[in-house]
This record gives sequence, C-alpha cells and structure tokens, in this order.
Amino acid sequence: MKRSRSGLAAILPFLWLAVFFAFPFLLVGKLSLSHTVLAIPPYAPQLHLSQGLPGFRTFLAGLSGETYARLTQDRLYLDAYLSSLRIAGLAAGLLLLIGYPIAYGIARCPPKARQALVMAVILPFWTSFLIRIYAWIAILKPAGVLNAALGLVGLGPVEILNTETAVLIGLVYAYLPFMVLPLYAVLDREDESLIEAAQDLGATPLSAFWRVTFPLSLPGAAAGALLCFIPMAGEFVIPDLLGGSETLMLGRVIWTEFFANRDWPAASAVAIVLLATLVVPIVLFEREQAKVLS
Amino acid sequence: MRRGPSTFNIASVVLGMAFLYAPIVILVVYSFNASRLVTVWGGFSTRWYAALFQDQQMLDAIWVTARVGVLSATLATLLGVLAAVALVRGGGFRGRTILAGGIYATLVMPEVILGLSLLLLFVAAGLPRGFWTVTLSHATLTLAYTTMVIQARLGSFDISLEEAAQDLGCPPWKAFALITLPVIAPAVAAAWMLAFTLSLDDLVIASFTSGPGATTLPMRLYSQVRLGVDPKINAVSTLLIGVVATGVIAVYLLRQRRAPA
Amino acid sequence: MASRQIGAIRSTFAPWEDPAAKPLVRFEGVSKAFADTPAVKGVDLEIYEREFFALLGPSGCGKTTLMRLLAGFESPDAGRMLLEGRDIGADPPHRRPVHMMFQAYALFPHLSVAQNVAFGLRRQGVAKAEIGPRVEEMLAMVKLEGLGKRRPDQLSGGQRQRVALARALAPRPRILLLDEPMAALDRKLREETQFELMALQQRLGMTFMIVTHDQDEAMVVADRIAVMRAGEIVQVGRPAEVYEAPADRYVAGFIGDVNLFEGRVAATEGPLIRLVTEDGAFDAEGSGAVGERAWLAVRPEKIAVHAEPPADPRNRLAGTILDYGYLGDWTTYVVEIAPGRTVRAARANATRTVERPLGCDDPVWLTFAPSSAVVLTR
Repeated sequence: MKRSRSGLAAILPFLWLAVFFAFPFLLVGKLSLSHTVLAIPPYAPQLHLSQGLPGFRTFLAGLSGETYARLTQDRLYLDAYLSSLRIAGLAAGLLLLIGYPIAYGIARCPPKARQALVMAVILPFWTSFLIRIYAWIAILKPAGVLNAALGLVGLGPVEILNTETAVLIGLVYAYLPFMVLPLYAVLDREDESLIEAAQDLGATPLSAFWRVTFPLSLPGAAAGALLCFIPMAGEFVIPDLLGGSETLMLGRVIWTEFFANRDWPAASAVAIVLLATLVVPIVLFEREQAKVLS
Repeated sequence: MRRGPSTFNIASVVLGMAFLYAPIVILVVYSFNASRLVTVWGGFSTRWYAALFQDQQMLDAIWVTARVGVLSATLATLLGVLAAVALVRGGGFRGRTILAGGIYATLVMPEVILGLSLLLLFVAAGLPRGFWTVTLSHATLTLAYTTMVIQARLGSFDISLEEAAQDLGCPPWKAFALITLPVIAPAVAAAWMLAFTLSLDDLVIASFTSGPGATTLPMRLYSQVRLGVDPKINAVSTLLIGVVATGVIAVYLLRQRRAPA
Repeated sequence: MASRQIGAIRSTFAPWEDPAAKPLVRFEGVSKAFADTPAVKGVDLEIYEREFFALLGPSGCGKTTLMRLLAGFESPDAGRMLLEGRDIGADPPHRRPVHMMFQAYALFPHLSVAQNVAFGLRRQGVAKAEIGPRVEEMLAMVKLEGLGKRRPDQLSGGQRQRVALARALAPRPRILLLDEPMAALDRKLREETQFELMALQQRLGMTFMIVTHDQDEAMVVADRIAVMRAGEIVQVGRPAEVYEAPADRYVAGFIGDVNLFEGRVAATEGPLIRLVTEDGAFDAEGSGAVGERAWLAVRPEKIAVHAEPPADPRNRLAGTILDYGYLGDWTTYVVEIAPGRTVRAARANATRTVERPLGCDDPVWLTFAPSSAVVLTR
C-alpha cells in the first residue's frame, strides 16, 4: 500500500523522459527517412496532423531510405564511423591503464586523505569542460607550453595539436574522473581481510593483487570503461578543437551536416546509426550499473 | 587494518593529479600574463580582466547562462527528487526498470544526439528556440545526475526516521517534508550544484536548442576559441574556476564540520 | 498445583486472571506474510492496562512484525487488532495513539534533543506555551536536564536511548512499544536501564510492550512474557511460570538451560508422573497419559551434586565429572551418566572454601526432587 504510493512519484519524471527523451528519438528516426529541401525547416515531407489520415498517408509515401543509401556511398561516413569507434575504444583502453593505478593509489591511502583525493578528482569536473579542453590548445600548439618546455631541455619541437594524439590526450583528460570514480568505488569497498587471507595462504603482495583485488574490481572497470566509451564515441568538442580537420568522428559529422550543410536528414541518419551502434554498450552499462547498485 | 600506500601508489596519485590540474594551473597563470603569447611571460597584469568586463557580448552570455543554469538545475533537482523517491521507495512498481533505464540512458547518451533530437522536438512542437528551450533541454540533460546523487543518499537514509515521524503523528507526506528532506538536504544541494555546473558547461546541447538572443557563455567561448587563443578567455575561465572551486570547497568544508565521522 | 505458587515472587497485579477485566489491546487471529513467507500466524493475544508485556523469541520469529502491526507500519492479512475495544486495523500509523521506541532510536539528526521530544506534541497540536514545560518535564524524567539544546550526534549511546524514550512518551501514548530498546547498550548500562524502565512504567502507570530476544531482559522487566516461535505464540505467562512450567521443550530450552530425558509415561499418581527413560525411571510433576511419549525437563540448578551416593534411590543418577566451569557465584558441572550422554548441574558457591572440591573424573551422584522437575509432552 505504502509502496505503490511512492511509485506515484515516478509519474512526472516518466512523462518528462517520454516527452524530452524518448519521443524526440522517433522524430530523429522520422527525419532520417526524409529528404532535404531548401525551406524552413529544411526537410520534406512534413507531417501535418491537421490534414488527418490522408495527410498521414502522403507523409508516409514521402518517406524514403535515400539518406541511408547516401551514407553507404560516401566513404567519408564509413571512415568517420570506424575512426569514432577506434578512437573511443583506444581512449577507453588508455583510461583504464591510467585510471586504475590512480584509483588503486587513492584506495590505499588513509581515510582522511582518501576523501580529499576523491574530492580532488571530482573538482576539475566542476570546472568548464570547454575551458579545460581549451587549455590543452595552449599546451599542445606548435608555439605552446609543451614545446617551450621541450625546447628548454633541447628536445622537440613536436607537432601534436590537430592530430589524433591530441584527441586521445583530450579524451583521456576529460573523462579521467569518470573512469577513476567507479574503479575507486569497487576498490574502496574491497575487504582488506581478503588480501590478508591471500597472503596468509602464501600469496606475494603482487599475486594477491592479481588473483584477488584485480578480479574483484572488474565490475568497476567495466562500468568505468562503458561510462566513458559511449559518450566518447559521439564526442564533438574534443575532436573539433584538438583534432583539426583530419580527425573524423561521428559527433563532428552530425554537427557539420546540421550546422554547416543544413542537411538535417543526413545528420539524423548519422545519429540513428550511432545510436544503433551504441545500443549494445548502453544495455551492457545498464546491466553493470544495476549490479553495482544492488 | 588497511595497508599504507606504496611508492608506486603515491607516484600514480601524484602524477594523476598533476595531469588533472596542470592545464588548469597554466590557464590561471596566463590569465595574468601581460603578453598575448602563452610562451612569453610579459609580467603580471589584470588587463584581460579589464577587457573582459568591457565585452558586452560576453557579459550578456554570462547572464543568460546563469539564468538558464539556475532554472534548469531547479527543475532537474525537483524531478530528481521524485525519480529518486520512486526508484528507492517504489519497490516493485511496474516500469521501475524502464525509468531507471531511461535515466541511465540520458547519462551516457552522446550530447550531439541528445541535442539534435531535442531540437527536432522543439521544431515539431513549433516552439521558438531561445531561453526556454535551452532551459528545458538542460533540465533533461542533468536529470540523470541529480537523480543519481539523490538516489544514493536516499538509499542510505534510515527509513525508521520517517516511521518514527509517522508514529508520532505525521502523515506520510509530512514526514517526508519534515524529516527526510531536511536530512538529505546536503545531497539535494549537491545535486543542484552539479546540475547547475553541467548547465553552465554545456556547449553542444545549447548550440542545438538555443536561438537568437540566448547565446550562452560556452557558445560565446567556443566561437572565440575557434578564432584562436584569446587571453580574455583565460580570464573568464579563471573567474569561473574560482567561483566553482570556492563553492565546492565551501560545501565540502561545511559538510566535514557538520558530520564528524 | 493450585495450592502452590509457581516461582518465588507473589504479585497482586494480575488483571489477566480477572474474567471481568477488559484488555487494552487485543489481537484476534492476526496473520501477516511477506511475499508468501508467513511472519505472523494467527496470533491471539491480550495485553492489559498498566502491564509491562514482553514479546520474546529468536530473531525472525515474527515478534518485530507483530509490534509493527500494532504500530501500523504493516497491515495484517487476516485478523483484527482492537485498542480499547475499537478496531484500529484501518488507521494509518500517525492516527494511532500507540508510540514506538525504535531499535536504533531513529532520532531526527537535524533537530535538537528538545525539538525531538517536542515533535509528537507539536503534531498533537499542543499549545506552544505548554510544549516547553512538557519537554522539560520529560527530559527531567529521563535525567537529561539541560541537554535540550544538544544534537543527537553530541550524545552518548545511553543518552540517545533516553531521548528516544522521552520522545515516545511525551505525547502520552495508550501503549508504548519498545523494539529491542537495550540492544545497543553495554551490559552494565543495560541492567541499570532495565530497572529504570520498570520504575518509570510503574510511576507513569502506563502500558509497555517490549520486543526482545534476550530472555534475561524479558524475565527482569516483564509482568508477562509471550514466547514466540516461527510466527506463533507458544506460551504466555509470568516470567516464573514460563521458566518453571514451560509449555514445551522449545520454551524450556529457549529460556535458561535445561536437561531433557526422553521416555514414556509409566504411571500417574496425584500430581506426580512416573517416566521411564533410558537412564532410569524418574518421578516429576506434570500431566500425561500412561504410555504417552514425554520428556523430563530439569534445570541444572535444581540438580544436587553429591560426592557420596545418597541413600534414597529416587531420581538418582550416577556419573563422572567430564568438565566443569567456575563462574564465581556458580559452578557448572558436566556429568557423563552414560557413554556420550551428559547432564548439566549447577551448584551455588555458598561458601568460600570447600573441604573436598570436586574435579574432573570424580565419580558423583546427582539427585533432584520430583517437584523440581517437570514432564513435558510436546
């Protein structure tokens, strides 16, 4: 009796998600089957509900898969698709390699320091993302901080800005908190007596780590990797600002199609393809999340 | 007993923190650089701050962003409280999985997709794009974050406190308002702050859903950044970082003092 | 048995023995299941005005559920609950004049001690001018004068417990429910608190119902104890009745230590029954039909330990001491009466020195009076 009443609280969030999240996807799907015209809004056919059922029929007849056909014909889309997945995958791997030692290091610290360090990991996340990426331009550009520093020790100069390396650096930098926190959450929860038991049974500290700590932390690693991979695959700001013209990623393609080319159907079709690709990792993420929370 | 950190552990943490903070420190330092070039230290100067406060477009953008942030964060927090109550207390109500799934999906959804789909919604609904469309979009974007923060706190909330209030004569809604809300208030405030900063920070969704007269600060910054490094941006960034850091650290210290372990 | 009083203490307070007395609370066939697992099964129970009533049982026996049913946090699947003759089953918790002291106290952390105590009074609409003095009075009653301005996290465990008590008592409930009220206190504080609770209940003339898994606590504080097992009430009675005349083996074993001998009823003779067991024939009080399967239950402290064989062979057992534990006030002996079969006997250490102390492997003889043992048929 009490339970169902708490369930009533779900009504408003439910409606909100339906209107502002679920329903718009249908619109994206619909638009991806339309074609471009020089008008406002720049696509056809349009659904006019005032015309009733006949209007709906003409609307349906006007839909076509031509935009998708265009996607398959142009190499650019396939290249962008593949490099999005490759860069996001690579960045997720790098994030694991870099984030794990940090999370593990924090978990080993005394409780007071742990709290402050977790805070320190979150803090940059509270400052503007755009600004933090912008800071990397100043560091990586040819006459930037990095090359100045390398020059002092007689090295360089290196050309990093406007390459894939710069995009990877930016991604790792921006998403590091999202990798460290889930990892830290599982590592912090680990029962210290498990390690002691392993060592008591003859394991060296290193093998105790590999055989006990590491396997137990895998759910956190999976959650962190997915939490980063999914939005990174559609990332726009980082490839746009750090990647130069040669780094193609789907987020940028959607942005360019939409803002520069005013090709709304193409932007929608690319979004649908990206979404279809990400459904599997999203479902995996939700499974992991449910496990972590239960 | 927990083992202390090894040298490797300490090195990882120190390097990680250096990586996280170096760009921010560089940004702050160069906002006081008299020279326009990042590699040349032209002496200490606040000229970029002065220039910033004469840039009316920038100031307008800051004002729009602040209003959008406050409104959307408030909306997202209200929705987040409701969603968290449903998820934590709802037990086995139908659609709990769908609600949780929808919320986590907005959390990871690439912003480009979210922005595009929201734009199409507003076009279809015939809403003129501007202040309100950005606000609604930002509430949608940040709803997942507020829900997660409040859900975590509500999950560890001792339900017997609410029962005690009912036992002493409070109807359920009043027990929630008099006991639960004040107790979880720090988490609700943190959720609001998080939503506010996310809104302050968003470029992609604002670009899609905003219209004339509602240019937000990130949109303004983005168009400036594309034109090249401008020390004025360093100045505005430093101000932003200062405001947020002060707020976050103040909240953190306050909570430390309030809740001795 | 009517001529003799069970237990050593006589009490004049016994409304349950008065057929004209009306119970304050009455459970009628109350049942409650959680997801098909029954927690409370058809409980009938009557609690009287001014009674200190204890629900005793192991964890998971349904005692807390029964209490939560009365407070209104659970609704029964079947049966009725009457308060002063009125069915309160449909009332939500906030409309019931029943208050609860929660196990972990559930003090509102954002309110001061005084605000916590005033909480129920405010809800009742007590006039503002009256609340202050009432709160002071309650705080004085639980000896927390001057601590009204503190927050719960600035108090010790014992002080918090008192605040919880004052908060639940302030609105003058018809019955106060105490859910394991002393579980979080250390032993010494627990004993003190038990006596204070009893004194308070006497002074206020209120009805208390306590839920506990601690048999000693129930024995000390309660006028009557209801022993629960698996959702059912097995026995209701005064502490001495429950101890000296347990309804079955479960109650006998749950409250205190007991030695059990299984056998068959061979003869009955007045109040006495002759039970034939593997270890010999014994006489004891109880009821049973000849030929029926039954158990002789005898508590360790009622068994006398002798170094020389007593002359009277009635209720006599021979064995050797296997083990013993010196507890200061008592010494417990584990005596092997047959290979693999042991009996526990306890002896009060009435004197500081004993001429010939008993030790391991010493042959001993055990005896007990027929009136000290009881025959159980369940």
